[in-house]
Amino acid sequence: MRIAVIGHVDHGKSTLIGRLFHDLDKMPDGRMAQLKAVAARRGVAFEFANLTDGLQAERDQNITIDTTQVRLRHNGRELIFIDAPGHREFIRNMVTGASRADAALMVVDANDGVSEQTRRHALLLTLLGVTEVVVVINKFDACREAETRFAQVASELSVVLASIGIHPAAVLPAAAAPGWNVVQPAEQLAWFTGPTVIAALLDLTPRGSNVTDRVAFVVQDVYRRHAQRVLVGRLESGRIRNGDAVDVLPSGTRATVDIFGDDADGSIEAGDVAAITVREPLFVSRGDVLSSPAHPLAVVSILHARVFWLGRTPMRLNGRYDIRIGTQRTDAELTGILRVIDASALVERESRTEVPAHDVADVELKLTHPLVVDTTAEVLPLARFVVVDRAPSPDIVGGGVVLASTPAATRGPAPVRPTRVQAEERMQRAGHRGAVVWLTGLSGAGKSTLAESLERVLFDRGMQVVVLDGDHLRFGLNADLGFAPGDRRENIRRAAEVAKLFAATGAVVVTAFISPYRADRDRARAIVESRTGGASTSPPTPFIEVFVDAELATCEARDPKGLYRRARAGEIAEFTGVSAPYESPIHAELTIKTGECSVEAAVAVLLDTVLRAVKARESAH
Amino acid sequence: MRRHESESIYLLREAFHHFPKMAMLWSVGKDSTVLLWLARKAFLGRVPFPLIHIDTSYKIPEMLDWRDRIAREWKLDLIVARNEPVLAASQTFPTGSTTRVDCCTKLKTDALQQVVDAHHFEALIVGVRRDEDATRAKERYVSPRGVDMQWNVTEQPPEFWDQFRTHVPAGTHMRIHPLLHWTELDIWEYIRDEAIPVTPLYFDRGDGTRYRSLGCAPCTATITSTARTVDDIIDELRTTRVAERSLRAQDQESEDAFERLRRDGYM
Repeated sequence: MRIAVIGHVDHGKSTLIGRLFHDLDKMPDGRMAQLKAVAARRGVAFEFANLTDGLQAERDQNITIDTTQVRLRHNGRELIFIDAPGHREFIRNMVTGASRADAALMVVDANDGVSEQTRRHALLLTLLGVTEVVVVINKFDACREAETRFAQVASELSVVLASIGIHPAAVLPAAAAPGWNVVQPAEQLAWFTGPTVIAALLDLTPRGSNVTDRVAFVVQDVYRRHAQRVLVGRLESGRIRNGDAVDVLPSGTRATVDIFGDDADGSIEAGDVAAITVREPLFVSRGDVLSSPAHPLAVVSILHARVFWLGRTPMRLNGRYDIRIGTQRTDAELTGILRVIDASALVERESRTEVPAHDVADVELKLTHPLVVDTTAEVLPLARFVVVDRAPSPDIVGGGVVLASTPAATRGPAPVRPTRVQAEERMQRAGHRGAVVWLTGLSGAGKSTLAESLERVLFDRGMQVVVLDGDHLRFGLNADLGFAPGDRRENIRRAAEVAKLFAATGAVVVTAFISPYRADRDRARAIVESRTGGASTSPPTPFIEVFVDAELATCEARDPKGLYRRARAGEIAEFTGVSAPYESPIHAELTIKTGECSVEAAVAVLLDTVLRAVKARESAH
Repeated sequence: MRRHESESIYLLREAFHHFPKMAMLWSVGKDSTVLLWLARKAFLGRVPFPLIHIDTSYKIPEMLDWRDRIAREWKLDLIVARNEPVLAASQTFPTGSTTRVDCCTKLKTDALQQVVDAHHFEALIVGVRRDEDATRAKERYVSPRGVDMQWNVTEQPPEFWDQFRTHVPAGTHMRIHPLLHWTELDIWEYIRDEAIPVTPLYFDRGDGTRYRSLGCAPCTATITSTARTVDDIIDELRTTRVAERSLRAQDQESEDAFERLRRDGYM
């Protein structure tokens, strides 16, 4: 059993572990003498905490900086102690350690009582799924009226813990430094008739692993062996036998599987890593999850979750983050903060525009690509995820658990019917494949002019082409949208989805939207490049971002629709370039400076780029 | 044991996905040989990356014969790394010109840095375990090393739920530690269960001594033991009260000798 030792800084966590090892006589020979000699040489008092505080910096400052693990075998049981730092700055290390625990030993200084990190660690435990807790109220060697104080702190603590759903298996007094009630009961604490620390720990029952029929095989990679595509991964729950039918999520394609390998006995169980082959000719890749048709997992585009935040900068509303769950990953936007809990006080914060470091919050995330998750909390590896911030340098900045309120049916395991017309056939008939040419730039930069000219040229070459213009969409499909950032985002999302549908028919789609926000264009790209149905072998649709670049002054001078004049007059609110921002592309495939070249020259460059993109596979025929 | 194996194999595959330019350190000792065995399983019989053996020139000679035999049999892509300039100048502990710790740094850490730089490896798989010593107990499964291989022990990234830092800035690398959760006893039980070949130096061959931990000959002593089989070793470990690395002399030179070695990039 793995036990995380948690609690506020200086409440005696490392000392208690050192004491346990010493009093149970579990230190390696010579270790005690070595630690004492080191302390003497440094002219400081010997500390039991030095057993686990393995770093020089930790011994110098008498604090635990990073988490550590030590093993103790006693009466045929193995206890692994995970020492967690109690400093606020080292919460990420506490989470790293406690995430591997089955149970927790919470240490509280009798004199200080419940403190900031006592509350925060307790709340984090609930997110890490640790519910078995033993509470040690410590330092009774430095506390008067011990019995009364014990009752006070125990009562205060039980209210705090009950409020977040923790019901300790035992609450007991001790003094780690002199070893009172750690391994032996102490006469100084004779008023206490309950167990010692070690007795309470040995009394904890290891949490049984979740037994469920819900099959979840997470694909890590695809290796080629003897001309076979072998899926390697881990069965997180359930059981798979040779010949079982599974659904490949998120696409929902049905498949029949076999266990690969010489020593495979034709069946794998929860927790096993395995190699699997699929009988049908399907395209399965990293991030896919094989599940049982009888117990489907959810495929979601909106995620409701409770997150804990470890980032140096707060988690911000409308911020974009990477979400990783098992081997799946997607870009996501934080679209809602439902409540923020100040983890040091366990009270809700007033402000809900951001999640400060080390706090906990209930949030809504909008996912660019759907994720396969478990909303029933039966398959833990698919019910918790980490959040990665890409700036300044990609790192894990938080973790979260999927809440049951996640709308599981946002996009159910799609009934992907085998289409009777293949993409290849469409391509052959059209003589080219579909593509999306995404023109972006200020109003008046020349997007519509270029789009219409390009359309004419492509059409005259016998190609299928269609123009999606901002004005046209806004009078029909998007008539319900205005120009606020949220509406602009939705406008672009719908345009991208429509463009994708056209491109799937083999058409070259030329769009002419201002699309001022970089994030929106990135999302349009992600939508177009994502494969429908997942189990397709065709490459993604090309997305060609074209920056139609013209100085604001040039655009304003052209002002073909008189919009700049009206915006300057204050008749139009949030007009791009005047009263709303335009974010220039950083990695556009093409930049055309319309102030510096003719329409014909610009179209020639566009045509060349389009032809290369859509005829890329011509040689295959 | 099956769970231990499963966790290690999962990590090996994750690491290979994120860090394709990867190599594995193989000291020829029991731990890295178990690691090699796990890699063969993880990648379906074929190790898809090179192995690095750091040859200090002071290794026990039988280790090298054994290494070459296994490398042949398992068709391994083996890189042997030696810090030739230092060896040529005899700047080593056995020649009397440095301390043990400096010798380790030059012959192992520096030799490793040379091979990492030459091949631009972005990750190294290393068979260290938490129960070996107090600094290794603080390790991450995926542990960043700086441009000079420095381990920033007080600024380690968060790592939980099988997720870890995957970004490797140019010139730095990751250490991958798939055996972190194994104990010395686990290693031997796995060697027994899987019948993994290990060098005969671990067994008593008649003189009542054996190596418990293998390093360079001048700095590694044998222990008194009559264990002749893997089962004998397992029985011995169940009752021992002596720390595994207690006969590795470089660790004992000063209080934080081993920590300083590791901060500078030692395994």
